Amino acid sequence: MKHLRAMFLAPSVFFTVVLFLIPLTIIVSYSLRTRGVYGGVVDPWTIENYARLFDPLYGMIMVRSVFMSLAATALCLLAGFPTALFIVRNEKHKSLLLNLIMLPFWTSFLVRTYAWMFLLRDTGLINSALIAMGIIKEPLPLLYNETAVIVGLVYGYLPFAVLPIFSNLERLDKALLEAAADLGAKPWETMFHVVLPLCAPGLRAAGVLVFIPCLGAYLTPDLLGGGKSIMIGNLIQNQFTTARDWPFGSAISLALMAGVMVLLIVLIRRDGEEAL
Amino acid sequence: MRPLTWFAVGIYAFLHVPLLILCAFSFNSSRFTIWEEFSLEWYRQMFTDAQLGEAALNSLLIAAASTVLATVIGTLCSYGLWKKQAKWLSGSLYLSLVTPEIISGISLLAFFQWAFRHWQFQLGMHTVILAHVAFSISYVVLVVMARLRTAEPALEEAALDLGANEWQAFWLVTLPMLRPGIMAAALLAFTVSFDDYVITSLVAGVDSETLPMVLYAMARRGANPVVSAISALIFVGFGALILISERLQKT
Repeated sequence: MKHLRAMFLAPSVFFTVVLFLIPLTIIVSYSLRTRGVYGGVVDPWTIENYARLFDPLYGMIMVRSVFMSLAATALCLLAGFPTALFIVRNEKHKSLLLNLIMLPFWTSFLVRTYAWMFLLRDTGLINSALIAMGIIKEPLPLLYNETAVIVGLVYGYLPFAVLPIFSNLERLDKALLEAAADLGAKPWETMFHVVLPLCAPGLRAAGVLVFIPCLGAYLTPDLLGGGKSIMIGNLIQNQFTTARDWPFGSAISLALMAGVMVLLIVLIRRDGEEAL
Repeated sequence: MRPLTWFAVGIYAFLHVPLLILCAFSFNSSRFTIWEEFSLEWYRQMFTDAQLGEAALNSLLIAAASTVLATVIGTLCSYGLWKKQAKWLSGSLYLSLVTPEIISGISLLAFFQWAFRHWQFQLGMHTVILAHVAFSISYVVLVVMARLRTAEPALEEAALDLGANEWQAFWLVTLPMLRPGIMAAALLAFTVSFDDYVITSLVAGVDSETLPMVLYAMARRGANPVVSAISALIFVGFGALILISERLQKT
C-alpha cells in the first residue's frame, strides 16, 4: 500500500508545495526586503515594512477593516440565529429552507455584488423608484460608502453564519427545553438561559467563519465602497499594482494571514476541530 | 411564533430579491432602471459581442482544464489521506481554503514573476489554469473526503483477501462508490473556477481575459443592462450545476 499511497499523494503534495507553500515563503522573504527604485524587491534585509504597519495612514485602514468586519459579523449573527431557529422548527421543509439559504451563495460572487450596485447606485432601482414616486428629487448617495460595503459583506457571508448555528440548534437536547418549560420558565427565559448558552459553540464558529472572509474581503469594498471605504484587501492589491511596493504589500498580507490563523487556532483550541 | 416567521421571510427576501430583480430587469427594453416593456435586446447584444464571446470561451477552457486536473489530483489525495493521515498536507490544504483570495493571488503573482527569471515563460492561460488547480484541489478534497468518511474500509479488505491487488481494490471497489462525490466535487470546482475574479485578474496575461474580468470592467464603468443579462444567465447556469451537485451528493 505504501507505494500506491505515495503515488496518489505525490501530485497534490507537488501542487501544495509549489503553488501554495513556496509562494507564501516568497511573500515572507519579500516582506523582509526593501523596495527598489523602480518597484522591484532588493536587498538589504529589514523589518522596516512591519514598522510601517503602525503608520497611522495604514493603521487607520486596518482598524477600519476590523470594525467593518465586526459590524458585518454582528449583523450576520443577529440575522442568522433567528433564521436558523426558524429552519430547525420547520421540520417538514428543513432541507428546502437550508438550500434556499445556500442558493445565492453558490451564485457567482461578482454577480451578487453587481446586484447590489444595480440597486444602490445613483441611477439604480431604489433611487429611480423613490424619484419616480416623488419622494426625493436628487438621488441618495447609497453606493460607495461604508454602509454599502457592510450590506454587501452581510449579503455575501450570511450563509456562513446560518449553517453552524443551524447544526448546533439541531443537536440541542429537546428534553432540556421541555424541562425548562415544566419548571415554569417563560419562552423568552428558556431562550436566554437555555438555548443561547447551549448555542455558544455554534455562534462562535459562525462568528469566526464570517469574520475571516470579511477581514480579507477585496471585491466587495472595491465595487461597493469606492475609493474612500477601502479595506485591507484593497490596500494589499494596491501595493502590488499601482503603488508597486511589494515588500510592504507582503508585510500587510502576512499581518492579515497571522490574524486569520490566530482566530482559527483560538477557536480550534476552545471547541475542537469539529467546530469548523 | 409569528414574529419569527416574519423575520425569516425578511431574511429570505434579503437574500433572493436583489438577484431576482436583476434578472427581471435584464428583460427590460429601457437602458434605465424604469420598467418599459419586455425585450431580449440585451441578450442579443450579449451574444453578438465578440469580446464577451472570447472571454466566455477562455473561461470555459480554463474551468474545464482546471476541473479535470483538480478533480483527479484531489480524488487521489483524498484516498491517500483516507488510508493514512498526513497532518501537514491536510493542514496546508485547509489553510489554502481559508487564505484570503487576494493573498493567494499576490503570492502566486510573486511566485510566477520569480519563476520567469529562471525559465522563459509569461503570464497567460497556463498560469491561470495552474492557479485555479491550486485553489480547486482543497474544494475537491473537502467534498470527496466527506464521501469517504461514510465508506466502509472492510469492503477493500475483503477484495484484498479475495486476491485483488491494491490498485484493483481502489479501481474496482472504492472508486465506483465515490463516483457521486467525485462528480459533485468536479461541478463545484468548475463553478469556483468559472467565477473567480480576484486571483485570475492577478495572474492573467494579455491573451487570457476571462468572463469575470470583462464583467468586472463593465460593472465598474457604469450601468449596463448587458451585465444584467450575463448575470441572469450565470445565475441560472450556476443554480442548475449546484442543484445537480446537491442531488449527486445525496445519492
